[in-house]
Formats: sequence, C-alpha cells, structure tokens
Amino acid sequence: MRHIISILIENESGALSRVAGLFSARGYNIESLTVAPTEDPSLSRMTLVTRGSENVIEQITKQLNKLIDVVKLIDLAESAHIERELMLVKIRTSEHSRGEIRNVAEIFRGKIIDVTPTSYVVEMTGPSEKLDAFVATIDPDSIIEVVRSGPTGISRGEKGLHL
Amino acid sequence: MELSGAQIVIQSLKDEGVEYIFGYPGGAVLHLYDAIFQQDDVKHILVRHEQGATHAADGYARATGKPGVVLVTSGPGATNAVTGIATAYMDSIPLVVISGQVSLPVIGSDAFQEVDMVGITRPCVKHNFLVKDVSQLAETIKKAFHVATTGRPGPVVVDIPKDITDPRIKVPYKYPKKVVMRSYNPATTGHKGQIKKAVDLLLAAERPIIYSGGGVVLGEASKELIELAKTLGFPVTNTLMGLGAYPATDPQFVGMLGMHGTYEANMAMHESDVILAIGARFDDRVTGKLDEFCPYAKIIHIDVDPASISKTVRVDVPIVGGVKPVLDQMLEMLAESKKKPSKKALEAWWKQIDQWRSVHCLEFDRESRLIKPQYVIEQLYEVTKGDAYVTSDVGQHQMWAAQYYPFDKPRRWINSGGLGTMGFGLPAAIGVKLAFPDSEVACVTGDASIQMCIQELSTALQYKTPIKIINLNNSYMGMVRQWQEFSYESRYSHSYMDTIPEFVKLAEAYGHVGIRVTKPEEVRPALEQAFALKDRTVFLDILTDRTENVYPMIEAGKGHHDMKLRVALGTSTDRELA
Ligand SMILES: Cc1cc2nc3c(=O)[nH]c(=O)nc-3n(C[C@H](O)[C@H](O)[C@H](O)COP(=O)(O)OP(=O)(O)OC[C@H]3O[C@@H](n4cnc5c(N)ncnc54)[C@H](O)[C@@H]3O)c2cc1C
Ligand SMILES: Cc1ncc(C[n+]2csc(CCOP(=O)(O)OP(=O)(O)O)c2C)c(N)n1
Repeated sequence: MRHIISILIENESGALSRVAGLFSARGYNIESLTVAPTEDPSLSRMTLVTRGSENVIEQITKQLNKLIDVVKLIDLAESAHIERELMLVKIRTSEHSRGEIRNVAEIFRGKIIDVTPTSYVVEMTGPSEKLDAFVATIDPDSIIEVVRSGPTGISRGEKGLHL
Repeated sequence: MELSGAQIVIQSLKDEGVEYIFGYPGGAVLHLYDAIFQQDDVKHILVRHEQGATHAADGYARATGKPGVVLVTSGPGATNAVTGIATAYMDSIPLVVISGQVSLPVIGSDAFQEVDMVGITRPCVKHNFLVKDVSQLAETIKKAFHVATTGRPGPVVVDIPKDITDPRIKVPYKYPKKVVMRSYNPATTGHKGQIKKAVDLLLAAERPIIYSGGGVVLGEASKELIELAKTLGFPVTNTLMGLGAYPATDPQFVGMLGMHGTYEANMAMHESDVILAIGARFDDRVTGKLDEFCPYAKIIHIDVDPASISKTVRVDVPIVGGVKPVLDQMLEMLAESKKKPSKKALEAWWKQIDQWRSVHCLEFDRESRLIKPQYVIEQLYEVTKGDAYVTSDVGQHQMWAAQYYPFDKPRRWINSGGLGTMGFGLPAAIGVKLAFPDSEVACVTGDASIQMCIQELSTALQYKTPIKIINLNNSYMGMVRQWQEFSYESRYSHSYMDTIPEFVKLAEAYGHVGIRVTKPEEVRPALEQAFALKDRTVFLDILTDRTENVYPMIEAGKGHHDMKLRVALGTSTDRELA
C-alpha cells in the first residue's frame, strides 16, 4: 500500500540525512521526499511517500518517531487528505504542434510559463495521477525534460499537525 | 563564570558528576587535554586504542548504570571508536562520546584527519551533535547526557571542532540543570487499559512464562520483576542480556532461552499459552524460526521503545513504558484483583517443566582427561562465590560463561550480545574494575577474542586494575569451528590459528602474572592462586578440550522445540581433531 507520511522535524542541518539514512539502512523504499521550512523557521515539514505492508509502515512510523529530531508525524493515507504535486515540463514545439500542446495544457489547467521559438515550459499542479496523465498525452519524443516535486499533502478539516 | 570551550567541556562533565573519561589524545582535542591536565576532579584513563576506550566506558556503564564517557581525537581516533559505539548501540548502553573535529572553517575541505563523524556514526548512535557555536556547548553536552540515559538508553556522539575549544575564546558558562527537548519525550508509565488487559490475560493463563531481557537491567527493575514472578508463581526465562535480573539460583528460573538456551526454557516458551515479555526485543537468536515461534501463546510486551514492539513478532497486548513504572502499575492491579492464578493449572505446568528439566541439558563429561571449559566456569563460580563481575568476549566461551555461571544480581554479567564484538571483554573489565575496585572482576575470553584488544593489558597495569583473565584456549575460533562442524561438514576454513602467542610470556611482558593450566586438576588451584593475588592482573591461559561444542543449540532456521542436544556425555563428533 502507498502511504504518505507528513513529518514535522527540527530544522537542523543533518535532519534530512537522518530520515534518508534510516530508509536506506533499514531497506525501506522512498518514492518521493519533499522538505521545506514551515511558518515557524525552527521547524521543517517533510512529506514522504513510501510503500509497504501494514507491518512495514508501522515500523517506518515508529522508527521515524524514534529519531530525536522528529517532533511529530502523521500518516495522511489514514484519513481524508489532499495531495498536490508540482511539475514543470519542457516540451519541444513546432509550428504545427504548438496549438495542440496549448489546448491540452489548458484542459489540465497547466500554465505555459516559458516560451521560445522551439519550446514551451508547462507548469502544472495537481494529484500525481493527473500529472502522469498529462505527460502521457504528450508525444514522448517532444519531451525535453520533466521535473516533479514529488507529492506534498495536508489533511482535510480544521485539524493540523502542530507542535 | 567565563570559560573557554575546552574548560566548558571538562566543567560540564564535572557538573554532570562524571568520574572517569576514557580517552586517547590527538591534534583536534589538544585544547581539551590541556584543560584535563589542569584539574583533578574528572579522572582520565589513557587507553591504548580508541576501541578500548569505548568498551571500557561501556563496561563501566553496564556495571554502574551511569553513562560512560569517551574522548577521542578526530579522524582515525574517531573511526577507531566506531566499533565500540556500535557495540553500545546494539545493547542500549548509555555512552557520551566526545570526538574532536577539524576547525569549523575547514570542515568539508578534506583537512588533515577530517572525517564526517556525525555521518559515520549516524546509524549506530541514539543521536549525535556537531557543535557549531561555543555558546551552545554546555547545553549540547547536557542534551547528550539526557538523551543517552533516558528512555531506551544509547550512545550519543558530540563532535567538537577544534576552534570551539580555543582557550582564547571565553564565554559565560552555566550548566543547565534540566533540558527540555520538544521532539524527545520518552514514555514512562504505561497505558492503564493495556495493563489491565495484560493482568486479565496473566490471571487466566494455564501455561504462562515470563521472558525478560536487558530492559529489566537497564531499567533497574530487578526487584519488581522478582516480586511479580513471586506473586504469580510463573517460570522465568532470561535473554543473554537479561541474565542476573532474575536470580539464576531461584527455583522459578528455567535458564536462558534462545539459540544456546536451556531445553526447559525453550520448550516452555514453545508450549506456553501466555508470554509476558519484559524489556526484551525478540532477537533472532531468541526466536529461532519466526513461523514456528510460540504457536500457542498470546503475547504481552512491555518496552519503552515502541519500535521494539511487534517488530519481528506480532504481540497481542503492547505496553509502551519503562519497565519499573509499568511493573509497579501491574503489581498494584494484581494486588487489587480478587482473582488469583489457577493453582491447578500451574501445578500441572510446573510438572511438565520439571520433566523437561530432567533432561539435564547442560550436563557434560566430568570424567574427561581434558579440561572441559564448562568445568572451568563452574570452578570460577565457586572460587568467586558467585559474586564476581564477569565480562566476556564473543564465542563459545561467552555462551559457557552465560550457561555455567548462575548470576543472581543484575549488572554482574557484562557482554556484547547484539553486535557480538570480539575484543570487548578485556577493556570492559578494566572499566568495571575502576567502578568497583573492591569487587572481583573476571574476564572470560578465548584465544582469538583476547587478541583483538590485548593492548589494553598495558592500561590495566597503568591504572592498577587487578582483573583475572580466564582464557579458555582451544586454539580455535571455537564458535566458528562449531558452525563449520555442524553446517559445513567439518571444513574448518580459517577458524584455526597455529601461531597463537605464548600468553603467559605476553602477560609477563605487559607486567602481569601469567599462569598456564593444562590439566583438569590444576584448574581449581590456579583460580585460587589468581584471586589470591589481590593486586595483580592475572592471565590464566587454560588449555581446554579443543573439540568441545556449545549445547544445546537451535540451529539456524529451526524452532524452539527442535533443539540439538549433546548426543552422549563427552562426545564430540570430530574427536580425531584432538
Ligand atoms: C555468540 C552469541 C550467541 C548468542 N546466543 C543467544 C542466546 O542463545 N539467547 C539469547 O537470549 N541471546 C543470545 N545472544 C544475544 C542476542 O544476540 C541479543 O543480544 C539478545 O538476545 C538481546 O537481548 P534482549 O532481548 O534482552 O534485548 P536488549 O538488547 O537487552 O534490549 C533491551 C530491550 O529493552 C528495552 N528497554 C530498555 N530499557 C528499558 C526500560 N527502562 N523499560 C522498558 N524497556 C526497556 C529496549 O527498548 C529493548 O527493546 C547471543 C549473542 C552472541 C554474540
Ligand atoms: C570483531 C569480530 N570479528 C569476527 C567475529 C565472528 N566470530 C564470532 S565468534 C568467533 C570466534 C571466537 O573465537 P575465540 O575468541 O577463540 O572464542 P571461542 O569461540 O573459541 O571460545 C568469531 C571469529 C566477531 N564476533 N567479532
């Protein structure tokens, strides 16, 4: 099962490598990891996507909690939540493909944020599957690069992950 | 008070009540060594190798329950300490290891003797710190002690760049009385509802067993464990790390469990219907084949570390909390309960256990012309009246010490269980002797293990720590040889050394007494002589039966009920080797 674990962690140098090191040392897989400081600059918020059986996920959350720098965490997959990922795609364009790409980007609510005579950069946010779907509609030969942030998420409702 | 970084480190240790630092100097810690030179409160023990420093501090910690303190220089000093740090980590031993680091401005430039100590030790410490600001030094040291000693204990590294200890830079000093870390709040008492469930289960049990481990020693809960076992009348088994937490000479004790545990302990585990696991972590040496582990049992598990619970074996009633507070809560509930354990069921259960006991799985050939290692340990027990601190290295001798020296008190049995570090025994014994100069300290070792930290014989001389080294010399890496005998058709690949040093001369060269023992009848007098030499370190080089094996044994991939027992007294399958 896919799990999305949201972690509040001390914003200290090395904190990220403690998390990454834990995953490699214990053989857990990380599908993606995003991290940035929160509104309180002494804390960072990390979103980690992983897969594993219930037992493995239980160990992962326990081992993460055991890290001294980890303040709190929740497994977003356990309750109603929203996930978003940011993607930037650079696409090679030709006179006759430009209109088509613009249309598709619009359908997916993407924005074209860089234009040269031969390329577009499309910015898009959404659940990861939506980004996958957009990439699938573009001719693979025309894709120059795809840059994705990995998902980040938040729970629904008024409760939040706080100190 | 304004102090330099170097003075702050030493003053902090003083304020923390530290008696000994085990260390070895070098460039990055010279400011610190200068501060050590200028005071007498904290005593420095100069070892001969940084691994020795960590094991000595570790032995001190295991024997006293207080954190062990280590000081090493950057680079090779720091990396030499890593084995000892990992050893302490695996057995949850509180250490504070201070390592020197190159100065802040040159970190990352491959400076002379620079290694990323924080990075290298990250997977084998409870936590580590790199100090970047001298004004945070005292607080960081306080945090290090706090983290090392609370919750599930463990080693903490404080990496201090040389410029932080610069004697010219002074800052106000105040050692914090307490630290609060918002991200670190170890559990203490257990959840009442869970404890109630556990009590109900215990009172309804018909074939119960208490399986207790190192957590009872670490949590100072021996008294509570005994009270609980006596209240319930249940059998008790201990892990290798738990030995002594329940008195081994008590009739309710069924011996160690696991790979080299007793027949009765493993059979009782296998047949039990309720297991109360206390501060034990279901290690693979204990469980054997997981699919066959305790098929009939409901399991209650008390542990301060939630990650230890349901890690390898799923438990039915998890209780997160310190052993001592949780056992107190449990005892209180039991006292209030009207229900008592079923007398009839327990009688039948004990009858069954006595049947298993009658196998006498630890019996060995007492008529042999060769010195049996088990006999040596029995004699050691008698000569020391069962009251010595016994450290050990790793191998067959370690198992024999665990099996044939019944420990009645916690913290007497000092060995590396989780990492299984050869070389641990001698430096650990030095640490123990420093802590308890009036007690007898024996190091049970083997001819291979002892050579891994033998240089510490020199430390033992310098600090006058008269320990007794019991070298069960079989001129094999016996434990490796045993596995090769059982699993590789006796192909003894590199488990033999034909150039073993003359240990007696070696001991003498280091300024100690060496005695060689070659016949069974010499064992007892030699031990008596060794312990009579009160103020000398004595190296007993005892030539034992080279082909002796450790029994019983659960071989890899087998269950508790599938033990290999000694076939017949005195037999070893490859007698031709002798
Ligand atoms: C050659 C060799 C052979 C071995 N054979 C055996 C064998 O036959 N049998 C055997 O048992 N072992 C054997 N071992 C040792 C084995 O590898 C493990 O080290 C040992 O079984 C672990 O013991 P433990 O479960 O008591 O855990 P420990 O490592 O002592 O861990 C303690 C547990 O208690 C918890 N804890 C700590 N403090 C507290 C507290 N205050 N309150 C609550 N919980 C706390 C910790 O979180 C942890 O889960 C062998 C080792 C070697 C080297
Ligand atoms: C540092 C280290 N290296 C290797 C091992 C693997 N090992 C475990 S027991 C053993 C042999 C120990 O031999 P010895 O000290 O002579 O003890 P004996 O088994 O003969 O009693 C070895 C090599 C280990 N535990 N530690």
